[in-house]
Amino acid sequence: MASLKDLRNRIASVKATQKITKAMQMVAAAKLRRAQEAAEAARPYAERMEAVLANLATAFEGRDDAPRLLAGTGGNRVHLLLVATAERGLCGGFNTSIARLARERARALIAEGKTVKIVCVGKKGFDVLKRDLGQHIVKTFELRSVRQIGFGNAEEIGAYIRDQFADGGFDVCTLFYAQFKSVISQIPTAQQLIPATFEASEADKVAYEYEPEEGEILADLLPRNISVQIFRALLENVAGEMGAKMTAMDNATRNAGEMIDKLTITYNRQRQAQITKELIEIISGAEAL
Amino acid sequence: MAEPFQFELVSPARLLVSGEVLEVVVPGSEGQFGVLKGHAPFMSTIRPGILKVSRANGSVEEYFVRGGFADAAPTGLTVLAEQAVPVGDLDAEMIAQQIRDAEEDVADAKDDEMKQKAETVLSQLREVEMAIKAA
Repeated sequence: MASLKDLRNRIASVKATQKITKAMQMVAAAKLRRAQEAAEAARPYAERMEAVLANLATAFEGRDDAPRLLAGTGGNRVHLLLVATAERGLCGGFNTSIARLARERARALIAEGKTVKIVCVGKKGFDVLKRDLGQHIVKTFELRSVRQIGFGNAEEIGAYIRDQFADGGFDVCTLFYAQFKSVISQIPTAQQLIPATFEASEADKVAYEYEPEEGEILADLLPRNISVQIFRALLENVAGEMGAKMTAMDNATRNAGEMIDKLTITYNRQRQAQITKELIEIISGAEAL
Repeated sequence: MAEPFQFELVSPARLLVSGEVLEVVVPGSEGQFGVLKGHAPFMSTIRPGILKVSRANGSVEEYFVRGGFADAAPTGLTVLAEQAVPVGDLDAEMIAQQIRDAEEDVADAKDDEMKQKAETVLSQLREVEMAIKAA
């Protein structure tokens, strides 16, 4: 049985932990708001881009001179999985759920006899994936020192992906990230980047005049679109990470509170038992006289 | 008198302008063009340059834009630029940095086509630098 002193120490340590988790929760809440604003600010750009590209892409459907980023290499042998996760842990199942989705996809592809290459963005995804898919990881991007993710970060990753594609490094590229639905729900998502896929909406089909020609515009926009999509994914990830962290830390704070209550009850019981014991000792000693 | 129409200037980071304007002059990759209300559906990529917005109250705003495209639809004009900065916030150092980057691109170009592209960007950036210095 733990002594009273042990119990006191434990209560003190749980209280200290609770203070930390509480602080982390508040920090996450503050960061979440900023991240959410950033993600929402980036949305119009990505959406307009997609709408325009969808419009252009339908014009090229089935044509032989379609850019390779749109039509693909024609092969389906080498798959590149771009796995974007958070840089830090302590955010519940956020990182693991993205990594799990990527791993399942990787396993399925390997089982089909395809070659799989993995590019990790974020340290946590790398940590999870290196255990059983370590030999497939070709590159890791660390954004740990980056305070506010800018378009430049996405551009760097996008440039790497485009270079690899231009050198024939892979046939299909899929991006894994968590879609920010709400503070409590982030949905791990797989999005195919190359060859690009678009959902053409019938509504905005207008006979446009293009300058320069469609082909040139498309060739200009497709590479850009990759960076834009990566940028959007990174921002959604940051918002999702903060949301997940907030929920996780909220739970941790609550659990610490419960633990403190339980320990305090045990402590008080034991203290009472000891007082009672001492009283009995004194009374029986007095009676024996 | 020109009628107002809907205009949006969007960069990946944020929405810079959204509102009613009278006229917008866009640095298109094949030449500058002005957009008024009721422009025919038109799409053009843009080159690094200054985008001018004339507001209904007579004020004119200028933005440095780089990389992206302009989309004139019946509903209004949207300019998507990879980089968009109000000219007031622009400093010479930033442009100088971009010119240095562009010079490196020219030096690193693997083939003629890439070299030509990089050189075009470089000369356009120099134009912007001149314009800002003159202002």
